[in-house]
Amino acid sequence: MKANVWYGKEQLKVESVPDPKILNPRDAIVRITSTAICGSDLHIYDGYIPGMLPGDILGHEFMGEVVEVGPEVRNLKIGDRVVNPFPIACGACFFCQQSLHSLCENSNPNAWLAEKLWGHSPAGLFGYSHLLGGFAGGQAQYARIPFADVGPIKVPEDLSDEQVLFLSDVFPTGYMAAEQCNIRPGDTVAVWGCGPVGLFAIKSARLLGAERVIAIDRFPARLRKASQWADAETLNYEQVDVREALEVMTGGRGPDACIDAVGMEGHAHGAFGTYDKLKQALWLESDRPPALRQALMACRNGGTVSIPGVYGGFVDKIPFGAVVNKALTVRSGQTHVQRYLRPLLELIEKGSIDPGFVVTHRLALEEAPRAYRMFRDKEDSCIKVVLQPWADVPTVEPEKVHETGRILH
Amino acid sequence: MATDVTQPGSGRSRSQHSAFSGIEPGGLGAHAGFRGGGLARRDTADSLERGLGWFSMCLGAAAVAAPRWVCWLSGLRSPTVMRLVGTRELTAGIGILTQSDLAPWLWSRVVGDTFDLAALSIALGRRGRRGRAAVALAAVAGVTALDLFAATRLTGSRAGRTAPGVSGRTDIYLERSIAVSKSPEECYRFWRSFENLPRFMQTLESVQQLDERRARWVAKGPMATRLEWTSEITADRPGEELAWRTLDDSGAANAGSVRFEAAPAGRGTIVRVSLHYSPRGGALGAGLVRLLGHDPQSRIREDLRRFKQVMETGEIPTTRGQPSGRRSLFGRVTRQWGLMS
Repeated sequence: MKANVWYGKEQLKVESVPDPKILNPRDAIVRITSTAICGSDLHIYDGYIPGMLPGDILGHEFMGEVVEVGPEVRNLKIGDRVVNPFPIACGACFFCQQSLHSLCENSNPNAWLAEKLWGHSPAGLFGYSHLLGGFAGGQAQYARIPFADVGPIKVPEDLSDEQVLFLSDVFPTGYMAAEQCNIRPGDTVAVWGCGPVGLFAIKSARLLGAERVIAIDRFPARLRKASQWADAETLNYEQVDVREALEVMTGGRGPDACIDAVGMEGHAHGAFGTYDKLKQALWLESDRPPALRQALMACRNGGTVSIPGVYGGFVDKIPFGAVVNKALTVRSGQTHVQRYLRPLLELIEKGSIDPGFVVTHRLALEEAPRAYRMFRDKEDSCIKVVLQPWADVPTVEPEKVHETGRILH
Repeated sequence: MATDVTQPGSGRSRSQHSAFSGIEPGGLGAHAGFRGGGLARRDTADSLERGLGWFSMCLGAAAVAAPRWVCWLSGLRSPTVMRLVGTRELTAGIGILTQSDLAPWLWSRVVGDTFDLAALSIALGRRGRRGRAAVALAAVAGVTALDLFAATRLTGSRAGRTAPGVSGRTDIYLERSIAVSKSPEECYRFWRSFENLPRFMQTLESVQQLDERRARWVAKGPMATRLEWTSEITADRPGEELAWRTLDDSGAANAGSVRFEAAPAGRGTIVRVSLHYSPRGGALGAGLVRLLGHDPQSRIREDLRRFKQVMETGEIPTTRGQPSGRRSLFGRVTRQWGLMS
């Protein structure tokens, strides 16, 4: 089969690899019909995720058709159309029983490695480093799904791939980020980062009853999307002082909840921005946290800071005094996707949300290396790329690919 | 999830620990905390070890930041090798200064010293650099002596004790536990059927029940060797505890117990293994296998994890046999050795 393989920082190759096989009784194999590039894949692309090995197959947002099931998988049959959650969860351990699926105790074969870095190991993830299991990812034509009787959700035929694909990660991730804010009537929620997760957090905050949502980014196209899709007020941090603007907008109190949908590669101007870049380059801190710092400072007393953005290791100059003295609640976690699949699918079926809205580019799997670069550099206002594993490589000129590949809403 | 309450490197302060007793009820129950001597950790690194740790850090920093200068100073040639040496020194330094189990890190220094001595001896044979190389060689030899002294002092101090009733030397005591979402009875029943053990004990090839109390064990040893021993059950309380000891001096002398404690509020079972064992190849061997992650501590930790996986999910998660692109040498080796999945 064809797969998008990682060989190092900014080195991807779409090449032929062996087809996956059933390895355990609870495995299933899916023929992938759509697969997406996640913002967190860019951290791997940029070389910031530890525990990657050359030869790893990337991708954790995918859906497809079941083509083979192991003897212990009884709820799926060949031909079922499923969306697959990015964390791998057994469904039986202490955490799975509490619907904390991304903390599954049994799905990471390299748990001891993760324990060295974080104290305890979370669940294994698809295509996201050997710290998290080293499972082959889904930017490929086929994928093996462990514990297939727990993860994948069957989706109705009348919904298109792009309507349901994002149930695999970014929609539940944005939704959980908003849910963790414990939104009450009248609340203002500020969201740093208007990539797909940020956009879903903004939309979800609205669905959960936020009075106002403030979107913070520096790319006009993304801010436009936030205001069009979820009626968010927008702040471009290259043009205004975000802290000051938030104070003015909230009567000097600060937002009731702040969401950091940026994560470890945040951008900042001035001395702190240079400081972080330097420290990260020297390996003195693994992650750059300007958005998190600002969110903690901006949040109102007794408010909640919710962090769906990915941090991998160590960050520096976190104003922890603000957490203590302002009595903040900090919530985070990899998304417990399995818990959200059914309720969010219902929202899609009811028409409360059309997740396809975030898609800006649709390309063949072969073009993954170019798609990563384009997504990373926000070329052509790229927000979300969907890769089609079975599409022929377009023979048209690159410029034309953009035109034909883009979905206009 | 799994807890490890002792490290062999804690050896020197472990003199009170005397008898093999499995675990006495109440002595180390789920809530009773750690038993004193046997589980004591290293309080602080002694000044010698600390000194060696900082020495590693300084030399490492210099070799990484200014490899050419250190090359000039020591009469060596390759800045690339010097950088690698520096990385090695930094790793050892961090290990010594931060880890509670010092012995493997000190042994790693000894191995590194040997390499350095060899490199310097070669440099000594070259013209024009002899003077500096000789001075460096003398300095490294001195440090090597200190390293060797510190490493053997740490490792040697726990040798020579014997658990009563076990033939052969059993030098190291360790304990580990894991929480399993199954009842103590289910856990006990699975464990008591010895033919199940190779399913989750990675190095075990087979267990054959000889009679009611005795069983014959066959396991893969390090470097394609094979270990065999006979054990007898010394305690068997259904749903609560199993204890055993080896009968013959096979090089794998060990005595241990596994207890199944009901966790509170229906949270399943805490499975607690305690083990006295005698490392093959003595102290040096123990230090080396620990560096490779094939030591009994890591093995018990992983075997307990696999026990939990089999009990809770009916299978052990794996990636062995899945597709990938071309692997580098490092990737192939780590997967081959089972270091990473």
